[in-house]
Amino acid sequence: MKDLRVWGLKKSPWVYHLAAASCNNCDIEILELLTPRYDVERFGAVLVGSPRHADALLVTGVINRKSLPRVLEVYEQTPKPCLVIAIGTCACNCHIFRNSYNAVGPYDKYIPVNAYIPGCPPKPEAMIMGIVKALSKL
Amino acid sequence: MSAWLSGWRLVIAFVGTVIVVPAAGLVLTWVDRFVSARVQWRKGPPFYQPFADVLKLLLKQTIVPTGAARTVFLFAPLVGIAGMSLVAVMLFYSNLGVVVAQRTSFVGDIIVILYSFALVPLAFIIGASASRNPVAAVGASREMTLYLGYELPFVLALLVPIVKVAQKWDVASALRLGGLIAYQQQFGPFLYSISGVIAAIIILFVIQAKLGYVPFDIPEAEQEIMSGVIVEYSGAPLAAFRITRAMMFVLLPLFLLTVLWGGIGDWWAILKFLLIVVLVVLMKNTNPRLTIHQALTFFWFILAPLGIVGLVLAFIGL
Ligand code: SF4
Repeated sequence: MKDLRVWGLKKSPWVYHLAAASCNNCDIEILELLTPRYDVERFGAVLVGSPRHADALLVTGVINRKSLPRVLEVYEQTPKPCLVIAIGTCACNCHIFRNSYNAVGPYDKYIPVNAYIPGCPPKPEAMIMGIVKALSKL
Repeated sequence: MSAWLSGWRLVIAFVGTVIVVPAAGLVLTWVDRFVSARVQWRKGPPFYQPFADVLKLLLKQTIVPTGAARTVFLFAPLVGIAGMSLVAVMLFYSNLGVVVAQRTSFVGDIIVILYSFALVPLAFIIGASASRNPVAAVGASREMTLYLGYELPFVLALLVPIVKVAQKWDVASALRLGGLIAYQQQFGPFLYSISGVIAAIIILFVIQAKLGYVPFDIPEAEQEIMSGVIVEYSGAPLAAFRITRAMMFVLLPLFLLTVLWGGIGDWWAILKFLLIVVLVVLMKNTNPRLTIHQALTFFWFILAPLGIVGLVLAFIGL
């Protein structure tokens, strides 16, 4: 049962794009990732419109005071088991916003993060590599 | 009725419903995604992809939103599956056997099928309304409007073969699927006449709308209202909805084949079936989404008059 579940999760990670407060560049690269050019549907990944359907949250940007409750709410709305994949240096460790007055920290301070993909912004190839690595570690 | 529900035919129909139709539907979902991928010049998912999706959903956590009508919310997906199973049993029953007699199956089964197909939008509407989500409510209202839109041309198109059989034989055999198939085995498919072509075009568009495929995916527009009617579903109920859709993807082309293109008794039927499926997928890939207002206008003011023209032609005998 556990094996089947892991197999299903590995073979069809549906992703939900969650932007806390990014500068938009990471989001643009995520959209690039989902275009036919990179064809992530080969791995079964589909962009879904609702966190209820998601298995992997692609999170970008640095969390600030306003977006923290929303991020936590979206995380709670996602059925478990789910992966959290931090995309961009901001999501990994706050990047240039580290000492900003309203940045309250990177994602792993609040929710468990399964994969970190650094880069400002990371290339789609790097994201594919990170996601595949995170999936194969399951 | 007791003779209808007896013997090996019932067993075969039941097995076909419970195992073969959902499995075939999932394979067809893969065909859909593969053809879409090839249209967009990419590789596409492996063939087991829909099975992996459904398996994963079945084993995931199911969340019932706070304040939702719990029982209704969880039972709504089953309504759709029940309706589709009913359609599958009736379709397979009247199509089994190389020569179908004029009197096979019961009077009015075509009407029962019409209403069983309506159970699927009903399931979506009930489920969405029970979920207490404003976005789902928008989706439900759109689903309802879309249903009102496509049902009129659908009935008009179905009346074409019924009128033809009623003119040749009698009304009692015109309202049976068996009667329609027997007519086609004797005098050739309806599709090879002008009114038949008109009816087929209408039913093709209605299939697209009933499946919720792209020009008419208004109730669950992902990018616009976040999957609309199914926004609150997760885990097993979502898998049930996907299986319903998959069964529909098998049964609607099969229905078109049965009422207009000579039944599914021979091997040619497989080619015809795949042709219809690919046509539906290509239509899905080459169209942008309509607004609900445009869809309603299209169905009521373009397809419905076309259906009436087809009906008049059928009365004349063309
Ligand atoms: S990592 Fe760079 S590109 Fe991404 S959100 Fe931060 S600043 Fe923007």
